[in-house]
Amino acid sequence: MSGHSNWPEWIYVAVVIALMTWVGAEAWEAERLVEHVPADAKTIIVTGQQWFWTFEHEDGTKEIGELHVEVGKAYKFEIVSTDVNHSFNIHDYVVLIDAIPGRVNTVWFAPDKVGEHDIQCREYCGLIHYNMRGTLYVTEPLS
Amino acid sequence: MTLELQKPRPIWQIMFSTHHTDVGLLYLITSLTFLFLGGSLALGIRAELFYPGSQIIADSMTFNRIFTVHGTTLIFLFIIPFASAVGNYYVPIMVRYRDMAYPKLNAIAFWMIPPAGVLIWLGFADFTWYATPPYSIISAPGPAADMWIFGLKILGISSVLGALNFVVTILKCKHPDMSIGQIPLMAWAFLSSSLIIIVAIPTFAAALLMLLTDRLGVSGFFNPAMGGDPIAYAHLFWFTFHPEVYVLVIPAIGMMYEIIPRFSRKPIYSYNSGVFAFVMLSIVGFSSWAHHMYATGMSFTEKTVFMVGTLAAVPASAMHVFNFVATMWNGRIRFATPMMWAVGGIALFFSAGAGGVVNSAMPLDFTTHDTYWVVGHFHLFVMGTIAFGSIGYLYYMFPYVTGRMYNETWGKVHFILSFIGTILVFFTQHILGLYGMPRRIYDYPPIPEWIAMNQIASVGAMIIGISMVIFLANMIHSSGKGKPADTDDPFGLGGKYYYPFEAKNPSH
Repeated sequence: MSGHSNWPEWIYVAVVIALMTWVGAEAWEAERLVEHVPADAKTIIVTGQQWFWTFEHEDGTKEIGELHVEVGKAYKFEIVSTDVNHSFNIHDYVVLIDAIPGRVNTVWFAPDKVGEHDIQCREYCGLIHYNMRGTLYVTEPLS
Repeated sequence: MTLELQKPRPIWQIMFSTHHTDVGLLYLITSLTFLFLGGSLALGIRAELFYPGSQIIADSMTFNRIFTVHGTTLIFLFIIPFASAVGNYYVPIMVRYRDMAYPKLNAIAFWMIPPAGVLIWLGFADFTWYATPPYSIISAPGPAADMWIFGLKILGISSVLGALNFVVTILKCKHPDMSIGQIPLMAWAFLSSSLIIIVAIPTFAAALLMLLTDRLGVSGFFNPAMGGDPIAYAHLFWFTFHPEVYVLVIPAIGMMYEIIPRFSRKPIYSYNSGVFAFVMLSIVGFSSWAHHMYATGMSFTEKTVFMVGTLAAVPASAMHVFNFVATMWNGRIRFATPMMWAVGGIALFFSAGAGGVVNSAMPLDFTTHDTYWVVGHFHLFVMGTIAFGSIGYLYYMFPYVTGRMYNETWGKVHFILSFIGTILVFFTQHILGLYGMPRRIYDYPPIPEWIAMNQIASVGAMIIGISMVIFLANMIHSSGKGKPADTDDPFGLGGKYYYPFEAKNPSH
């Protein structure tokens, strides 16, 4: 109706669609790979509650606010909550999944360097949400 | 366009009027009042986060209440009523009808907003604008939470009534000589956003009732202790509020479609592609709600579906940007204040969209979700795009509403300061998010990068604050004492050609 041809817009829309398809395909491929939990991963049960984290290792030992893991091994977190929603986050390792009462969410990681990293809650959970923090210690294997 | 403020009338005549421009004026004043109230809370938040530790806010509960009311106020009491103000003034004129289809319903829809605003502000709830259960059920203190729920309930009904009115006005009351393909793109924007409201809001209305009965302890829809599921609430909430994002942004885009061709002194590049993009956005907007929920433990298939649904909305948004740029191309552009705001808004709309593509890509979302990246991202929409389009339009309609001109120099100063401030605050917050700072936290550990970026953001917020004081002074002073405007051509664009709708509508 405006009396000119629209071909630049068609080309532009085609480029945008191509770009989005590429982003989607790459994201799909990457997510498919990171969701694949290694078979030998050790399970750690993570419990979020107002306003601290509790970690239970496979051998039954429990830690509060601190988590010790060994470098080079794979770990699978099973995350639960006893009260409201939280979100378990080790930002340096892009570990993030919500702790939701009544559900068990899983996420895994394999630390590749010795060091200390922050653990935090990334879902609003009330009064002390800002300080629902912990520390991840990645240590050399004991054996 | 009528010049309401030129003819002095007692205030109750405006308050009890059902004429569309009077109701529009009430919407306008209410929404701007809440813009300043909600904006002041943002300054409080930024001052508190300037440095780790407690600065000006005594405790975290107060801080949590402040960001909750900040978000609720600016979304529901500024952006939506502002769009209604513009729609009330312009939609009947654009479809060449004498008023809205149902004038009394229109006034009722407006008068539901002040009591809802009072409920939200007197309650001052703390459970974020998302009211996430089970926190909002078992942990959030009453009566603040209950007052918030009632306030939102009233606002939802008001939105639906307003939307019905716009749909009927546009589809049924347009001049018989006009086909639907001849109404201006801004009227198309109001038609699309109103249809989204009618489809989307009832879901949240139901969820709010369930939330209330859950809080009363008589039901357990979202309470796991009683067999309910908090994720169900998340789905109901985002089924309403992801499309609601388009409810907020589409009218602002429509306003830009009014400003940009006029100040470029060219017809719009492609009317048809504008209409197509609005219709596409309002349909595709319903296919992406759960992209807010990747981290709740969704299956790979669910995440993939909602990622595709989200990416599908990008081409339609990009078509608007193309249309604006192509319209400006080779135009005789006059960078008056409204044009500066509209062009700035498009630039920030593009940035916001680009950041959104990152969020929607599943693996990257786990880096950005619930960090300051997200805060920066959606503020580029609500502040950078929607508030910029709205403020630009306010400058544009100012001479028609008041019969006087605003001060052009101070209008430009307002834009430049706001633009710089917006970039400082919200671009910085993207990076802060990549460093891992979570949203909604009252205090943070003294990590040097976090401190530096919080301080940049706080300085930017203060710059926006200063620009808004200039804006307020300009509006108040100019509406009473500004130079009388030449309403045939207040911006000196040369000729009536650029204002076709009044020419055909002698009753206004």
